Amino acid sequence: MAEHNNILDRYTPGARLNHWINAILMICLALSGMSLFHPSLYFLSDLFGGGVWTRIIHPWMGVVAMLSFLGLVIRFWRFNLWTKDDSAWMKNINHVMSGDEAKVPEAGKYNAGQKLVFWSLCVLTILLLTSGLALWDSQFGHLLTIEQKRLAAVVHALSAVALIAVVITHIYAAIWIRGTIRGMTRGSVTGGWAWRHHRKWLREEVGKAK
Amino acid sequence: MANLQSLDIRRRSATTTTPPSQRETVPIAKLIDVSRCIGCKACQSACLEWNDLREEIGVNVGVYDNPHDLTENTWTLMRFTEIDVDGRFEWLIRKDGCMHCDDPGCLKACPAPGAIVQYKNGIVDFVSENCIGCGYCVKGCPFNIPRISAKDQKAYKCTLCSDRVAVGQAPACAKVCPTQAISFGTKSDMVAWADHRIADLKERGYKNAGLYNPAGVGGTHVMYVLKHLDKPEIYAGLPKDPKISPLVELWKGITKPILLAGVGLAALATFFHYVTHGPNEVQTEDEEAAEKMRRDKAA
Ligand code: HEM
Ligand code: SF4
Repeated sequence: MAEHNNILDRYTPGARLNHWINAILMICLALSGMSLFHPSLYFLSDLFGGGVWTRIIHPWMGVVAMLSFLGLVIRFWRFNLWTKDDSAWMKNINHVMSGDEAKVPEAGKYNAGQKLVFWSLCVLTILLLTSGLALWDSQFGHLLTIEQKRLAAVVHALSAVALIAVVITHIYAAIWIRGTIRGMTRGSVTGGWAWRHHRKWLREEVGKAK
Repeated sequence: MANLQSLDIRRRSATTTTPPSQRETVPIAKLIDVSRCIGCKACQSACLEWNDLREEIGVNVGVYDNPHDLTENTWTLMRFTEIDVDGRFEWLIRKDGCMHCDDPGCLKACPAPGAIVQYKNGIVDFVSENCIGCGYCVKGCPFNIPRISAKDQKAYKCTLCSDRVAVGQAPACAKVCPTQAISFGTKSDMVAWADHRIADLKERGYKNAGLYNPAGVGGTHVMYVLKHLDKPEIYAGLPKDPKISPLVELWKGITKPILLAGVGLAALATFFHYVTHGPNEVQTEDEEAAEKMRRDKAA
């Protein structure tokens, strides 16, 4: 059947599992972290068994999340290298936002917006991990001065907020661009989706096909 | 400690509404006259005794400080410094512990609702059952006072005997001091008493004598009479101009509601984008174009 041929593999089962472990942990980290961030969100700590449990498990989830994120980086960094076309794409992002992708250069496996999400997550993750470890008094409390921990608290809070904003963008893009989520749940996308959003990638994939 | 004075709470940690504050009380203070202290540590013992805590038996490393630092059990500690003033040996003995800041950095930093309260009389108290053990109070305090217990991961420090004060008693340390170096009363009475003591010290030649009641933290409810107010650092590192660190202000100040609003607005913006631009759906023409590309390649 022709329709069957018009399907492209995008993510292996391993990549999907890795992504969703990371996503679940990141959401739990954001919710537990936000509960300590502002009094109006303290109720979120009940999701984790109260304030004390939130304080205990947040850093452990952080460590596991960072390991799983490392897995994603190893899998995907190659496809996220920046090109000249990406700069042109970025300059015309307003067309993309209004759903008119014909006016920007064809995207490869990832478009410039996705690459930006990828690299900002890399930077923010490093900041969160280092500042998070510095704040982890029950494990490393004795290693740093109080002044260093104050700085870590500021870095952790600011980069957590930045990360949450990036994640909101990422999730919305997946919802808005229909046909995207099945890539990460079933592992495949339709040819039409690739033609519409990642035409350069489609050309490469079709070119590879025997 | 216990939250006994529930109608006169001036500030409550991680709480954005007004806490129960109907009852008015007079601000109180403890005045520690360092010039009268003989270093007997009766106050330190009385503190352990009243609060029913025990300190581990330590080791002597050649100084009189015992234990070597404040701990989760030792909420007050005599710190000994030997100095030379104009060729004369002098012993500075400072009773360290919570200063009960009028603008407490610990309370500002605390993320757990009601884990730290400040009563209208000025006492800053840790309500341990609400403490989550995050250690933020340690980062908030300009005097390095709170200690986290290894046993229960809760923060502990001097309560200014809030339980005694609530029933009209002076703190245990003030009660027990044999030289009356520690006095307790209303803050205005204590300031007046300090003035009297300072006049006496000045008469005796200590021209830099004065009251340590640092304005950077709004004044404190534990104050010192110092012979050398010009150099508080010589008293085992008493800060000259303590205030809540600018990093803590940045972390816990106006930035928080602004950032929170930012995250909320970002989420709202995506929703508004959706309702104005609709879903970006793959069209039949897209599928056909992809089909065609595939067939052209096969051909
Ligand atoms: C990557 C996603 C992460 C997010 C979204 C996140 C978010 C947050 C937020 C919003 C807070 C509250 C900060 C404040 O009160 O100002 C927080 C606190 C904290 N975070 Fe994270 N964080 C992440 C990763 C990590 C990692 C990797 C670690 C450590 C390995 C960590 C350790 C901590 C610690 C120790 C605290 C303070 C709570 C406590 O004392 O236990 N976080 N986090
Ligand atoms: S000295 Fe430290 S612990 Fe005591 S009230 Fe001030 S900030 Fe809080």
